Amino acid sequence: MNRTLKFLIPLILFLVAVGFLTKGLFLNPREVPSPLVGKPAPAFTAPILGEAGKQFNSADMKGQVWLLNVWASWCAACRDEHPLLMDMAQTKRIVMHGLAYKDVDADAQQVLIAMGNPYNKVITDTDGKIGIDYGVYGVPETYLIDKAGIIRYKHIGPLTPEILLTKVVPLLKELDV
Amino acid sequence: MKKLMILIFLFMQFFATAYAGEAKPISDDPALEARLKAMSQELRCLVCQNSTLADSDAPLAEDLRKEIRTQMRAGKSDQEIVDYLVARYGDFVRYRPPVNNVTAILWFGPFLLLLVGGFIMYRVLKKQANDGDIQAEDE
Amino acid sequence: MIPAIGELSLILAFIFAIIQGTLPLVGAWRNKTTLMNLAVPTARAQSLLILVSFVVLMYSFYANDFSVLYVASTSNSQLPTMYRLAAVWGGHEGSMLLWVAILSIWTIAVTLFANNLPDTFRIRLIAVMGLVSVGFLAFILFTSNPFDRLIPAALDGRDLNPLLQDPGMVFHPPVLYMGYVGFSVAFAFAIAALLDGRLDNAWARWTRPWTTVAWMFLTLGIAFGSKWAYYELGWGGWWFWDAVENASFMPWLVGTALIHSLAVTEKRGAFKVWTVLLSICAFSLSLLGTFLVRSGVLTSVHAFATDPSRGLFILLYLVIVIGGALLLFALRAPNVGLGEKFDVVSRESFLLANNVVLAVAAGSVLLGTMYPLLIDALGGGKISVGPPYFDAVFVAIMAPGLFLMGLGPLAKWKKASIPEIGTRLKLAAVISIVSALLVPSVLGKISLMAAVGVFMGAWIVSTTLILLQNRIKTKQLANVSLVENLKTIPLAFYGMLLAHLGVGVFVLGVTLVKGYESEQDLRMEVNDIAKIGDLSFIFKGAQKVQGPNYISSQGKFVVTEDDKQIALLYPEKRFYPVQGATMTEADIEPGVFKDLYVSLGEPLEKGAWSVRIYIKPFVQWIWAGCIIMALGGLLALLDKRYRIANKNLTSKAEEVF
Repeated sequence: MNRTLKFLIPLILFLVAVGFLTKGLFLNPREVPSPLVGKPAPAFTAPILGEAGKQFNSADMKGQVWLLNVWASWCAACRDEHPLLMDMAQTKRIVMHGLAYKDVDADAQQVLIAMGNPYNKVITDTDGKIGIDYGVYGVPETYLIDKAGIIRYKHIGPLTPEILLTKVVPLLKELDV
Repeated sequence: MKKLMILIFLFMQFFATAYAGEAKPISDDPALEARLKAMSQELRCLVCQNSTLADSDAPLAEDLRKEIRTQMRAGKSDQEIVDYLVARYGDFVRYRPPVNNVTAILWFGPFLLLLVGGFIMYRVLKKQANDGDIQAEDE
Repeated sequence: MIPAIGELSLILAFIFAIIQGTLPLVGAWRNKTTLMNLAVPTARAQSLLILVSFVVLMYSFYANDFSVLYVASTSNSQLPTMYRLAAVWGGHEGSMLLWVAILSIWTIAVTLFANNLPDTFRIRLIAVMGLVSVGFLAFILFTSNPFDRLIPAALDGRDLNPLLQDPGMVFHPPVLYMGYVGFSVAFAFAIAALLDGRLDNAWARWTRPWTTVAWMFLTLGIAFGSKWAYYELGWGGWWFWDAVENASFMPWLVGTALIHSLAVTEKRGAFKVWTVLLSICAFSLSLLGTFLVRSGVLTSVHAFATDPSRGLFILLYLVIVIGGALLLFALRAPNVGLGEKFDVVSRESFLLANNVVLAVAAGSVLLGTMYPLLIDALGGGKISVGPPYFDAVFVAIMAPGLFLMGLGPLAKWKKASIPEIGTRLKLAAVISIVSALLVPSVLGKISLMAAVGVFMGAWIVSTTLILLQNRIKTKQLANVSLVENLKTIPLAFYGMLLAHLGVGVFVLGVTLVKGYESEQDLRMEVNDIAKIGDLSFIFKGAQKVQGPNYISSQGKFVVTEDDKQIALLYPEKRFYPVQGATMTEADIEPGVFKDLYVSLGEPLEKGAWSVRIYIKPFVQWIWAGCIIMALGGLLALLDKRYRIANKNLTSKAEEVF
């Protein structure tokens, strides 16, 4: 090896590291992508909020594209995204079910009365078991599930108009909704 | 019968306050708890991302510990339980990254570096020592 | 009004630092004495101004001036005075100010004590320190000004994070920063030497004491931090391989390598290129640590509130400082001559091997710390690299280095003989093997890890003692008492022995606590007894205690051994109302052979509590080992060699290019 070149190695290594660090600045280390994207959505049956005795079966959603929005009355960030969810519900473009994660039924109902109900149905997950199956770790989370029951997209944290436009809408077009 | 039970209960209450009792483990199955502990120390809590599942107080961590206990009681092996978690949360939950293509450099890189470093060092030493007679020296 | 003084002096310091970092360099290059003469006064003015603004900020905390945004967000009027003062570095802005304040202490020290250097060299040295300061001052002024005002002023502050309300907060950050930032001096020496074309024994001799001081502080700083984590976090761990801990550990490893390679460069003129590279790396890793903590690229318990613009700013600064230094290295290093020749088996080659091991160890810590980021940046998803990885890889890499520690100091400079070293170390080998077999069986559980660890610890301790005995034997003067003989040995030699002994003690501590600690989660009612081995822990109940800014449930435990009371422990569960946070304050009875560690969990029904009791054998040896290492550094520093004004050294120094 050329003698001078050898002494450039530390500089080159450093510049490579800087490249990675720059990229790293624009990544979010706290956001963990779900391994479930591209895989079948875990099946579940659970009671529906406000419809005593009725059960929601995820298998019934086959053939439809739908959103599953995980939320809770105790979650402050969920209230941030609530108005946006209401707007989405107005367009009636897509079916959206809510999953009341580790919530007390009465509390969840109260929030929906006070702030409006954007959901077609609200499924209750009182002990958080469905949440574990879906890999929920920070409410709110939103899943987009296609006709074949495959999870196509997952968003962690409150939805924003930007996320809807850049991520969700293109996917819906692709899925013919 | 019921009266007798109450009597025994009161008697025990009396003893409990008057005499010191032996402290009991929090869990009724310390062996399972130890296994959970060992396992959850290598798992990362997703909520407060810098503590282990064993040390975290987050509700999700509590739920997951409960789930792990249930699976352990159901006779699942450690590997099966870890796979269960990885399927839901990804490799992120493992503080001990699996050895695969992605982590090959991570696991073997340092040892390779040590070998290469040792080899280069030997070459350099050999080359510079070859010329000239070298005498030991006291400091 | 007063905070404005702080801000103003920071701005003035920035201006002086710019002058300090530029004009004297031009002067040294063009040989203009007037410009060169600017270096010392601007450096001192700059440093004093920074210290003034630091004191002003401290005063704002002391006086509860909540018109200062930073004070309002990290302090509170209820906070005890000691913690109000420590809260100065309790957040991002203030800790940056601490960073530059410590840099100014080092700068002043350089202008005062590095006065036996040739003029141009000394001017360049001071100018480089000025350049380091410019970047950080700009960073503070443009992105993280601690004097930003809050109008109208807050009624009260948001309080210091309760986790930081601890004496550890008073000592740990300043001492750690003294170490981190202290490597800037070795860095400035390296840059000045590269600019000056003077990479020689004299340069190494000048750098050595500065590096040793920084290394000493870093060792102590890391040890304090570890001790603090041990008693504060409440689960008895002392090292978590967290990104931020690693950020302080990497400069330590490289700094340790640097101390050894400086010794070779000073004594033998060898490894010059390697030594200068290590000097650059040690400080670069300190800077990288600052970046990692403050940019938010990695998640960490210790991370400050983050902001990408700050990250970009520091990154740009890294590119300029480290990139510039490495470029200069690439340009100048090829011309550096080789030192004196030595054999493949010699003290030099042992020291080089030690350097390879330490550098690879630092590399593995860096790799593990950065790997999640690398994979994420390459689109490979999120992975975690945690303690199980570091425990496995780092220990495996370091083990050969620990073994070599025993051999190296016995080898002769230039040419050594392995059989000769072997004969001298027979006894050490026997002692180590016997201890490795004996200790685990005495402690009641035999494991390979424990045996290997005990072997290593005993090996280091016994070889170090043999080294001393050997030194006395070969150098002893006839008709002189042993004490007189011991007095003839230079302090630096004792320093080395002590530092190595410290490593041995540390290794033993780590091994034994890892292998033999025990932990119990118990449910204890009042007067319940927990029996662990020969010890009985009696729970005497918990009561409410009002602290200065918290309410606490304080448990009382009597610990007895053979019916004799040996300790009274008062673990607490504290509630800090301002931040609404609950803190577990464990109570510990430290001991030479074991620590008794009790922490309160949750209150249960009828005055019962969930309680966690740990027995931590030999855990104090970990920090004792670190303190012994640092004392070794101190002894080496006191060696009279460094006290003789080495004015005539310059004539001996060889010009390299």
